[in-house]
Amino acid sequence: MYKQIWMLLLSAILMVSSMQQVHAAPDLEANTPVISAIKTSMQARHAQLQTHYSAGAVGLTQDGFIAVKDASAVPLSQRGGLAGLVKDENADRARLYKEIATANGHPEWQGEIQSTFAGRWIDKAQAGWFYQSAGAWVKK
Amino acid sequence: MKHWIFGLGLFAVIALPACVTINIYFPAAAAEKAADKIIDEVWQLKDEQSGAQPQPADTPANPAE
Repeated sequence: MYKQIWMLLLSAILMVSSMQQVHAAPDLEANTPVISAIKTSMQARHAQLQTHYSAGAVGLTQDGFIAVKDASAVPLSQRGGLAGLVKDENADRARLYKEIATANGHPEWQGEIQSTFAGRWIDKAQAGWFYQSAGAWVKK
Repeated sequence: MKHWIFGLGLFAVIALPACVTINIYFPAAAAEKAADKIIDEVWQLKDEQSGAQPQPADTPANPAE
């Protein structure tokens, strides 16, 4: 009788621990229609932003957004649109982080998703682009 | 009979916290993977279909260009 109980208990423990292993490597859903739309919008904007990154006019912030670093690096004709471009990009990024969190049923993950992105944007940035580190601009 | 109840109780005690921890755990590795994929697409860093190492040389199965 005791043996049976312990066998049952042991199998239960094994089952639970195997369940944990399966759940330990989950995938993050990032393919909803809303996310696709945000990506398309950001992709289109990137053509314009790319020249600003290279010129050092715009840089990557530590918190997963972008900011104007040096507006004088932009030709006068484009300078007027610069702030709006940065603002739109940041709005898309904020929506992206929020959408990934909610699409996975964990709105509370938004901050962690944002900081994950922050590190990855900087890691993948091209040489010569600027990013913020401890409040200062650093050239990659 | 009592032993079965004891066993069931113990199972619940072990299983319940395990389930709770699973649900609040942030999948950092999966998040990085998802972020990389999105950044690659937005910045057009590599061909989506190849998925392999970014090679500047001509890849055989590349419909673009």
